[in-house]
Amino acid sequence: MATHPKYDTALNNYYQKIADAATEDMVLNMGPQHPSTHGVLRLELITDGEIVKEVIPHIGYLHRCFEKHAESLTYQQTIPFTDRMDYLASMNNSHAFVMGVERMMGIDKDIPKRIEYIRVLVCELNRIASHLIAIGTYGIDIGAFTPFLWCFRDREHIMGMLEWASGSRMLYNYIWVGGLFYDLPVGFEERCAEFVTYFKPKMVELNQLLTDNQVFISRTANVGVLPLDVAINYGCSGPMLRGSGLKWDLRRIDNYSVYPELEFDIPVGKGEMGAVGDCWDRYKVRVDEIEQSLKMVEQCLSRLQNELKRTPDFDPRSKMPRKITPKAQDYYVRCEGAKGELGFYFMADGRSEIPTRVKARAPSFNNLSVLPEIAKGVMIADMIAIVGSIDFVLGEVDR
Amino acid sequence: MSFEEIKLLLIEKFGAEVIIDEETDGLQPALLISPARIAEVCLELRNNSNTYFDFLSSITGVDYGVEANRFGVVYHLASIPYQTQLTLKVSIDNDRDLNNLPSFPSVTSVYRTADWHERETYDLLGIFFEGHPDLRRILLPDDWEGFPLRKDYKTAEYYRGIKID
Repeated sequence: MATHPKYDTALNNYYQKIADAATEDMVLNMGPQHPSTHGVLRLELITDGEIVKEVIPHIGYLHRCFEKHAESLTYQQTIPFTDRMDYLASMNNSHAFVMGVERMMGIDKDIPKRIEYIRVLVCELNRIASHLIAIGTYGIDIGAFTPFLWCFRDREHIMGMLEWASGSRMLYNYIWVGGLFYDLPVGFEERCAEFVTYFKPKMVELNQLLTDNQVFISRTANVGVLPLDVAINYGCSGPMLRGSGLKWDLRRIDNYSVYPELEFDIPVGKGEMGAVGDCWDRYKVRVDEIEQSLKMVEQCLSRLQNELKRTPDFDPRSKMPRKITPKAQDYYVRCEGAKGELGFYFMADGRSEIPTRVKARAPSFNNLSVLPEIAKGVMIADMIAIVGSIDFVLGEVDR
Repeated sequence: MSFEEIKLLLIEKFGAEVIIDEETDGLQPALLISPARIAEVCLELRNNSNTYFDFLSSITGVDYGVEANRFGVVYHLASIPYQTQLTLKVSIDNDRDLNNLPSFPSVTSVYRTADWHERETYDLLGIFFEGHPDLRRILLPDDWEGFPLRKDYKTAEYYRGIKID
């Protein structure tokens, strides 16, 4: 297989750079099995003593050809694959995918309110679970072990509830095009309400233990400062962007699903402990978002228990199209996933049930790409704090 | 700024030939830009105070099929101050010769996020970006052969003598 030498220039430059660095500085490998890289991420650090001069991330260890699979499967068959992208917030992934397909089919306005509320309810529960992992593992990266166990204990309640609804603990395949896999099981709303009452004081405890902890603040404040213009230019979104001080939440900007009917605030980084956009700000945004998500869960529950009560003849699959063949068009759908702007780009040819091209715009992919910029010139120990504060999921980076 | 106004703005700045065509029948209208001018167009759209498309959501490489022998790139821009979105497309004919990959100007000088997106597009579709600072493969190993998202891609049976199941 012949290829023109100009396509190898960048690779040769990279090899040359590593060879040069190895003679003067030290090249240090962090990962792919390093526990604080949260998966299989390999960072090549060019270090001068304890100072990191340059970071070269290597990704792709978890590449499972999502886009190639999506080109050979129908829209419904692709939904389980979207679950496996950001496996910590699967509901949000399928919600985004399903919304895009529904809009292309023109059925997004016909979805019953109860279904929309259930979708938002499970998405917000999943967002809480995802942020709990982010907070817990961030604590463990910095050296605080207890918050990790507390977060996992509370996350397990959410996993249990979602398993009850969908039959699966992490990869749900619950939200389907035009409906849901099943209605919520009888008693779900009550159990969920119980969980909210149980969980609220636990968040206060967690804040006392970790958020206001002087050791934790010293490790994260003024570390890995991400200025707002850099964040926007690098396509950062979600808590990363909000941590830098911008009120940008697609749930409010695009007003999709039933979010306009819900009341919630958008927490942003204020630089309370150091500069705006440092690791502590990003961490704090996630903590505050859990509270906002809890507020949304409560509002959803109250509506699901009152005006949108379950009825015996309610069928969550009644609006489901038998065959999904959108007319020939392109469509880019974006929504606020747990990590940021999650987008799917579809190209439909109008004849087949299989899309000609599906592109997944993963928030973690973009958030991670800013790492070489903000980790320039930091200490190796701070690298861990910065990597943890980005909160990426490698399943989504590599797809 | 509406879609029509953006079109007029670009024509006024770069001349009529910069916009090859437009797609307005779908849910999201798109502008087909002359491939050689895409980086200038992005720069103008980002810096113009009436548009401010400062956020590049995604870059998608597209193989338009074995008969068409055409490759394209789709840019999804978003403006944070104005809360608007815009789709730009470029495409070029190519005979699938691996010594002559389809090539477009890189927009990394305008949006730094394009760095990884363009690397991914190069990696999976074999679309080359002129002026990209570090165009290596990103998801697949450096010595992978072929470009998997191309429509004529044959699944590799071996990688370095290891059988792929």
